[in-house]
Amino acid sequence: MKHIKTLSGKNLKDTLAKGGCGECQTSCQSACKTSCTVGNQKCENN
Amino acid sequence: MNKAAKIHKFYLNDKYIVLDINSGSVHVVDKIVFDILDMFEEQDLEEIILKLKKIYDEKAIKDAYEEISCLKNDGLLFSEASNLSGLTYNKDNIIKAMCLHVAHDCNLKCSYCFASQGNFKGERSLMSLEVGKKSLEFLAENSGNRRNLEVDFFGGEPLMNFQLVKDLVSYGREIEETYNKKFRFTITTNGVLLDEDKMDFINENMDNVVLSLDGRKEINDNMRKTISGEGSYDIILPKFKRMVEKRGDKDYYIRGTFTSKNIDFSKDALDFYNNGFKKISIEPVVTSEEMDYALREEHLKDILEEYEKFSRDYIDIKKKDKDFYFFHYMIDLDQGPCIIKRSIGCGAGSEYVAVTPEGELYPCHQFVGEKEFLIGNLDDGIINTELRDKFKNSNVFTKEECRECWARFYCSGGCHANAFYAHHDISKPYKLGCELEKKRIECSISILANLNE
Repeated sequence: MKHIKTLSGKNLKDTLAKGGCGECQTSCQSACKTSCTVGNQKCENN
Repeated sequence: MNKAAKIHKFYLNDKYIVLDINSGSVHVVDKIVFDILDMFEEQDLEEIILKLKKIYDEKAIKDAYEEISCLKNDGLLFSEASNLSGLTYNKDNIIKAMCLHVAHDCNLKCSYCFASQGNFKGERSLMSLEVGKKSLEFLAENSGNRRNLEVDFFGGEPLMNFQLVKDLVSYGREIEETYNKKFRFTITTNGVLLDEDKMDFINENMDNVVLSLDGRKEINDNMRKTISGEGSYDIILPKFKRMVEKRGDKDYYIRGTFTSKNIDFSKDALDFYNNGFKKISIEPVVTSEEMDYALREEHLKDILEEYEKFSRDYIDIKKKDKDFYFFHYMIDLDQGPCIIKRSIGCGAGSEYVAVTPEGELYPCHQFVGEKEFLIGNLDDGIINTELRDKFKNSNVFTKEECRECWARFYCSGGCHANAFYAHHDISKPYKLGCELEKKRIECSISILANLNE
């Protein structure tokens, strides 16, 4: 494509199928303890 | 759902960026595409050409339009929301993370401390070995089929009860096999009591360590004082430097707080970097609006500019030093959490609890001491199931402000404690915090766009 560069073509909807395993880190536990940022956590089930 | 809720577009750090909210895909686009996106869903190609042909060449408009159409067909632009109406979250009430308040006491008296100088508005106390062991057993027994369990040693100041920390790490390792679990221990410390032995123990046994310091000496010393009222910087900095040097490749964060007294917090971040710290986190202060150092609406514009300024510095540093990390600018667009995790948030009060030295349970460390949030105890488990369910059911679909917000799958509804302390209602997001979070997400994505050139 000339006009668009896709930085991430991941489709969140695809994660519905095997999502929700609950193994990922509690989001504020180990770096901030005072806010909630889930988007920067890692999936433990990839 | 209207068009505005399907995409979010912004210009930052020389990049035109569009985020497709429901799919999570992100595109760097040129100005033609950026302009067409405003009209794409409501107008056809001819109308768009008519509107834009004074600015752009007709063929370029057609090509750009075609590219947008392709991505739309692939579900990566203007995608519709997933149907998550039947979403059930943690129906078995599994608990997998715990904040262990091993010491409700502190050897610093930081002005902004949400723990009221360590005692959380109660008596000063240390957790006993009995309560500590019971906590780990409680976590293991209530964790269902989760294998990875997180335990953060917190306080007050956990190094004031360090023998317990050592004993509990060893007890945790002992019971891991029985329960078929893996404990991931972390610790949050102000560093005052760090010595070589403690550093070695922590480095060997803790998956992560959070080191509290506020950046520049004068900023730190203004808030983080010793019991006798002196600045703590000179005591702590050398210890943290040594700690990190010994830690090698293992994770750590040096974590500062910014207040209205240092809205130029990028200088504190750079001060950390210049002191050799590579993994940093600087957080907005959590306090009531009346405090003179509180962050208020009037500071918002300057804080947002500061995040943008720091994102430019960050790009420059990252180009030379890929090992530099700022917690809120870290975003992995491809390996991040699933949409379910993104919808439910941090898990406080459901998957995550805080334990006091007396064995009381609270939804998270920030609610400890607020008696209306006492949710249970180690002997009887979760007693206030109504409160637990309230936390469980407070998510991006149930919060009115979140439902239409473009950032909902990144902050996942925000911090319950922030919401409570701002509005006395965990279902009403803390607006100032929302604005900061949105800016941090834009900065993070623009940083990736610049580093991916």
